[in-house]
Amino acid sequence: MRASILLAVTLLLSACAAAPRATGDLGVVVERADGRLLVVEHSGNTRLASVEGLGDLSHASVVFSRDERFAFVFGRDGGLTKVDLLEGRIAGRVMQSGNSIGGAISQDGRLVAVANYTPGGVKVFDTATLELVADIPAIGADGKRSKVVGLEDAPGNRFAFSLYEAGEIWLADLKQPQAPKITRFPGIGKLPYDALVTPDGRFYLAGLFGEDGIALLDLWAPEKGVRRVLDAYGKGEQALPVFKMPHLEGWAQAGNEAFLPAIGRHEVLGIDMGRWTESARIPVLGQPVFVMARPDGRQLWVNFALPHNDKVQVIDVPSRTVIATLLPGKAILHLEFTPRGERVWLSARDSDKLVVYDTETLEVVAELPAVKPSGIFFTARAHTTGL
Amino acid sequence: MGRRAAKPLSREWAKGFGAVLLVLFLSVPAFADPGPARRSELTELVAQDCGSCHGLTRAGGLGAPLTAAALADLSEEAVAYTILEGRPGTPMPPWKSMLSEPEAVWIARLLKEGHAGAR
Ligand code: HEC
Repeated sequence: MRASILLAVTLLLSACAAAPRATGDLGVVVERADGRLLVVEHSGNTRLASVEGLGDLSHASVVFSRDERFAFVFGRDGGLTKVDLLEGRIAGRVMQSGNSIGGAISQDGRLVAVANYTPGGVKVFDTATLELVADIPAIGADGKRSKVVGLEDAPGNRFAFSLYEAGEIWLADLKQPQAPKITRFPGIGKLPYDALVTPDGRFYLAGLFGEDGIALLDLWAPEKGVRRVLDAYGKGEQALPVFKMPHLEGWAQAGNEAFLPAIGRHEVLGIDMGRWTESARIPVLGQPVFVMARPDGRQLWVNFALPHNDKVQVIDVPSRTVIATLLPGKAILHLEFTPRGERVWLSARDSDKLVVYDTETLEVVAELPAVKPSGIFFTARAHTTGL
Repeated sequence: MGRRAAKPLSREWAKGFGAVLLVLFLSVPAFADPGPARRSELTELVAQDCGSCHGLTRAGGLGAPLTAAALADLSEEAVAYTILEGRPGTPMPPWKSMLSEPEAVWIARLLKEGHAGAR
């Protein structure tokens, strides 16, 4: 009897110790000033772990391994850190440049590419070992090194990125990782500042700061070259000051239409994806930074640059109207939907908290403390091209 | 003339930012340093909001580094002017709708001296 109880207890304990945990409802939050990452879960809205020692995380972004266990964190100081979400610890870290901006993971999950400002270029690492696989200096047709922006993964184990100073788009084919094949598209326009790949992996779009319009590359037919779309937008109007660069990451697609933050205008811009013409201009209260679509495409959630960075607007897509202006906290830096969109998480940097909204009732359902939080990234991104 | 830049204000132009202009520009109504509360707001603004383009540690990002060494060849006035008027044609925005002249001068000094808020 006693022995069997002991056995039962031992079994129970070992079962607990080994309790398997899946990662499909996990995510990470960047605590940027302290170089720390929070591991969170969005089924019960709780914090699970806190991982220290990631360096300068201002503007940090994250991609996930295809098994959704590891987060690859791109730090501003050039650090690339691999974090084990289940164990809540650093699984690997390299200082790979002086100053980096973001990165992407390849279609097959074996390569992680980092976009660097200084020295300008792309470095590609093995996701298992973090060993350097390829180094691609971004020397434009002007003969100078450019900062790399808008680095995105594309089908066929390719990466697309833009050269900020030189005004070029490069497409790097890494089917043979040691010998990347690079196709260069010079003269795409002045000062590309960010880019995105559509979730179907077909189009690469780079936003331009120095000119009107968007540079578009069809990845199904790169030989046709880059063309300029939406170039009539904003012609002849005085651009308003932009106190924070908008991000193009949250490609908000609803039906055949996509939505982007306009730059220098307080509008969200709708694009007809077949004809690549302007389909809507939705006035909002400031310079939009992120325009994120709820996964069903019915709502857009928009945050703003200074001086309106305490506000978030919710747009109803069918009627193209702002249905709510929310005040979640001070300095709203990022927003992330749960995979099916019933909740959205917001980071309020200067209120030191995360705020979770129900997207149907638009009411706050949870708040979690976090120290100066910025980016929020859920593991479901692992299975979307361009995220 | 004075505050209006005849041509887009470039870095070259900023380097030559003259003393005469300076007097016109900062036309001296006994210029008041921002008070302690505002100073800590400004320090935070430099770290976080300038930091979104220039890096939290000012080591540079999409925008140029704003370390003391990087700004050594620009005068305090030229830096203040750049802050208020921005650099047309680049993402550097004019901050004059959000910062007063004394505040911009105070930030310029902070950047050039390279202390406080540099983390
Ligand atoms: C939206 C992005 C952005 C923000 C925010 C921003 N800057 Fe800049 N800044 C730039 C860019 C880009 C340049 C480089 C301009 C050029 O090419 O000449 C620059 C240049 C400068 C320069 C000139 C540096 C040099 O060496 O010539 C100073 C000084 C400066 N910024 C100060 C500030 C301050 C102070 C703030 C915050 C109050 C700020 N910036 C916020 C983008 C930004």
